[in-house]
Amino acid sequence: MRDSGAVTSTAALVRAERLAAGYGGAPVLRGVTFTLRPGERVGVLGPNGGGKTTLFRVLMGELEPLAGTLEAPGRFGVVPQTERSRLDFPVSALDVSLMGSLSTLPWWRRPGRAERRAAREALAAVGLEDLAGATFGDLSGGQRQRVLVARALVQDASVILLDEPFTGLDNPSVERLEALLDDLASEGRGLMIATHDVDQAREWDRVLCLNREQVAFGEPAAILDRAVLEATYGGDIVELPGDHDHGVLPPHHHHH
Amino acid sequence: MFAVLHALTDPWADPVGRRALFEVALLGVTGGALGCWIVFYQLSYSAESLAHALLPGLVVAALIGAPLLVGGAAGLIVAAVAVAAAGQVPAIGRDTSVAVVVTTLFGAGALLALSPSSPPGLQGLLFGDILGVSNTDLALAAALAAVALVALRLLHGRLLAVGFDRLSAPGLGVRPLVIDVALLVLLALALLVAVQGLGNLLVVAVLVAPASAARLGSRRMGPMIAASAAIAVAAGIGGLYLSYYAGTAAGASIAAMLVGAYLVAAVTARLP
Repeated sequence: MRDSGAVTSTAALVRAERLAAGYGGAPVLRGVTFTLRPGERVGVLGPNGGGKTTLFRVLMGELEPLAGTLEAPGRFGVVPQTERSRLDFPVSALDVSLMGSLSTLPWWRRPGRAERRAAREALAAVGLEDLAGATFGDLSGGQRQRVLVARALVQDASVILLDEPFTGLDNPSVERLEALLDDLASEGRGLMIATHDVDQAREWDRVLCLNREQVAFGEPAAILDRAVLEATYGGDIVELPGDHDHGVLPPHHHHH
Repeated sequence: MFAVLHALTDPWADPVGRRALFEVALLGVTGGALGCWIVFYQLSYSAESLAHALLPGLVVAALIGAPLLVGGAAGLIVAAVAVAAAGQVPAIGRDTSVAVVVTTLFGAGALLALSPSSPPGLQGLLFGDILGVSNTDLALAAALAAVALVALRLLHGRLLAVGFDRLSAPGLGVRPLVIDVALLVLLALALLVAVQGLGNLLVVAVLVAPASAARLGSRRMGPMIAASAAIAVAAGIGGLYLSYYAGTAAGASIAAMLVGAYLVAAVTARLP
């Protein structure tokens, strides 16, 4: 199951060329040019309203690009923020994982034994096989994120979009989720991870900096300098004393 | 012993009682199951509004001798258009526009129904006439139950995905708008059929009360739907007994039992 969604060729999973997107009026995001290859983790940086969510919606096919070209042949899975889902909803971790089969089954088919097995295996892959029967709302924030990753695995997604998955997690949960994302990438999946944590994104393969337009795209070591961060976050960055090159952090935005 | 058995079967001895029994069972299963989604999609207010807004349609149909179903459907369409139009008025919120339209329509319907020139029996539209159910009504209720249960079963996974997280549902290949419309259509159909047995004022009870009671004790959607349907049927039958032996109005007795079931569940859920 874990290998079935992996793409082994080095053909791009996503190729975007001068992409622009918006909601009817002027584009809220423009000039986005990047490539996502199998096995890559791309950190998507930017302030709130910088276009991260808009980009994800275009990639998912919910929004038509206003300009530019987008090639995205693979299956996409989304890991949304869990505060958005209803925690009082009477569903188990297995029920949520099983929702991933909706995109692979025809509409009149109900999930059967094969789908249930895939959903259980996906929960095992994220280390939650023992909590399959637990109510989703009773799980910790990190466990909920991993259930939603399992749902994307059931979708057999070759590209997984994660919308600020680390928000509100404690340190052990962050490390656990990071390790899981590394595993998924090593299976050949492409990951795009929206985050506010620049230092975290430095560990990944590429970063895409957005502030209503693309500021930069490339390897973190090559592009994440002071000028790029200032252009990405406006004048809001915070300087850490003693380190003048890398010691800048964006303000943390916690209102969603 | 024999006397107890006799007391239990007595209400169903004649065809009127038996038809009422089948009707509450069919409406109970439908309303109980559908009601779980109505509650989770926060459509209880919409359900009540739609039920009230179709009253003038029913009354006009009764006055001119047209089928009640046709009148109710026409009433629903008029209400939907009026709500949409009122929503266009600036500075009036959606809730307010619904309230204004529904109150107006319900008032107009009540005025027509209760005027001295109306034929007797129109009050039945307000409080229902479960003991006046015909075989045609029963067939209609059976058809509704079949359609609703099949649709809910087919849509189960999608209803769950949209209710769980509407914004990420498109990522699973599910369009929330389609699911919303499907649910509203089922709600409208259920109201059209159930309103004739349970009445305009009480029909919402079968949609909201059993589901709310079942929600208190259920941790999964499947068992909650089963429990809700069982509570609705049991309360419906209990209401018919109450009505038979206490001589109370059947529709109101059923509604009282439905609400009573919710109160019992709420109190039980708070006990240690």
